Amino acid sequence: MTDLTAPESRTDDNEGMQFLETRMNRLVTLWVPLIIIMVVLLFPFYWMALTSIKPDKELIDLETTNPLWTWNPTLKHIKILLFETAYPRWLWNTMSVAVASTMLSLIASVGAAYAIVRIRYRGANWIGAAIFLAYLVPPSILFIPLASIIVSYGLFDTLFALILTYPTILIPFSTWLLMGYFKTIPFELEECALIDGASRWQILTRIVLPLAIPGLISAFIFGFTLCWNEFIYALTFISNADNKTVPVAIVTSFTDGDVYRWGSIMAGALIGSLPLVILYAFFVEHYVAAMTGAVKE
Amino acid sequence: MADTSPDRSQAASGIGIAWARLQTNRNWLGFWFMLPAAAFLIVFLAYPLGLGVWLSFTDTRIGRAGEWIGFENYTWLLGDFSEGWEFWKTGDSVFWLSVFNTLLYTIVASAIKFAIGLYLAILLNRHMPFKAIIRAVILIPFIVPTVLSAIAFWWIFDTQFSILTWLLQGAGLIAEDFQINWLGDVAMARGSVIFANIWRGVPFIAITLLAGLQTVPPSLYEAAVIDGATRWQMFRHITYPLLTPIIAVVMTFSVLFTFTDFQLIWVLTRGGPVNATHLMATLSYQRAILGGHLGEGAAISTAMIPFLLFAIMFSWFGLQRRKWQQGEGND
Repeated sequence: MTDLTAPESRTDDNEGMQFLETRMNRLVTLWVPLIIIMVVLLFPFYWMALTSIKPDKELIDLETTNPLWTWNPTLKHIKILLFETAYPRWLWNTMSVAVASTMLSLIASVGAAYAIVRIRYRGANWIGAAIFLAYLVPPSILFIPLASIIVSYGLFDTLFALILTYPTILIPFSTWLLMGYFKTIPFELEECALIDGASRWQILTRIVLPLAIPGLISAFIFGFTLCWNEFIYALTFISNADNKTVPVAIVTSFTDGDVYRWGSIMAGALIGSLPLVILYAFFVEHYVAAMTGAVKE
Repeated sequence: MADTSPDRSQAASGIGIAWARLQTNRNWLGFWFMLPAAAFLIVFLAYPLGLGVWLSFTDTRIGRAGEWIGFENYTWLLGDFSEGWEFWKTGDSVFWLSVFNTLLYTIVASAIKFAIGLYLAILLNRHMPFKAIIRAVILIPFIVPTVLSAIAFWWIFDTQFSILTWLLQGAGLIAEDFQINWLGDVAMARGSVIFANIWRGVPFIAITLLAGLQTVPPSLYEAAVIDGATRWQMFRHITYPLLTPIIAVVMTFSVLFTFTDFQLIWVLTRGGPVNATHLMATLSYQRAILGGHLGEGAAISTAMIPFLLFAIMFSWFGLQRRKWQQGEGND
């Protein structure tokens, strides 16, 4: 009942507070600041997209033509990027590393989260707290010792170096997120299954996981984004241009100071962002749930 | 955690045979379920963390195992503590500059990110058409990989062909032939990287704080309106106290990730001009990986740990105070 009336009363409340607020007032206090913030937030992407389709001549000409628009769009930069560089290869590397390490972390986190929340072995609370602390260990203080570990395991300059190290960033986060989801699944369901003779493994795969699918999707999408975004490990552990990921390759292989490269660099940044933006567009709610869920815990 | 314990005691009283059997070997079962995650975190997180501290006490270089040299790296970086309070003057000036830069970068960027983020969250919490779309669009800077948006900023901050300079010239704020050296001048470079960091961080803070705002019961505002509270009083005495726990968590994350930032700086300035934007993370990369002095680089990263612990403790006690105010049991 309260749930039903709450949104309505809030509307009333807001209108009540806004009875003195004129349209002009609302424009100044809400829309003007909001639009300014949105323009600032989106401008770099507009500029990125525009640069990638501008002809070379206009890129360095701020005098005779209006730099904020182009009447002669060209696909030249994108063509150079896709057919004359190893860009497709880098894209493929990034994609496969992101998928592989996200899957690995999800498998590991499901087990850990289930054990902490439901098996509740001795010391589970402490392990839960330790995993939260692991979330707070930033890659920038780990990359030096990790580099020497990677070299000594013979993984240097292979994609496995990334596939195996990225889960350290993802596991704490997704375990924490999944713990929240598992807690909401009624305990009685598991009790029934236990009495019917199901094993813990069967309970996990047949009852808990199907019910936690929204949580799994959230964890996957957020983890995938983090992998795609990762830079310092990929920069440190990979040296061969063929094994680079998109962020590292664009920074290291493209920037030779030639001003005419800007079109291709921007096209590379744009195409490198698109998969994430498309994925995000389909799963906005899951993404926001992952982001806020981990924080709210 | 509190919600499962009554169920558990209930289950224990209505014992099934399977349940009893499971309870006896629960610790083993937990062990097997934990194994994959624990293996990853021990091999690639806990062990490197320890190894990093150990490396900082050695003179390891790339391709050459080091020997234990005690505090030599720290004495070289921080200075000689036997000199008294002037010890930092005997240390590495670039290191101390990077500490200063890191603190400046973290404090200024976090404070502005918090202010704009909270303001944006309050704006978004109002009633407006297309709310869902606006919220989704605002989060885009957070989705796009930092390096790729940083590259866009690199081009925006270009010395010769900066669109920002063009816009400022067009608005008549600076002279037509005046060029701003966005990333080449000490103060401008610091300002530019801080701006890029704020740009990237605001959406995260705004959207998470918005989620917190949406949990504030509207009835509290109704009561306040009836009592004749002003908008500021409502914010100060309702919104802010109820948001404190979320603010503590969000700002801890924000401070941690700003403090250890690497990507943005590496793409935009690589620490230049004259080390004015070198953060501790970028300096440790430069010394350890590019310069080959793994031991020294590890000492710089290890020196970041006390700051991180401070940030975590700060947020932890923020949360504790909150719980105590609400009178919740500590579970």
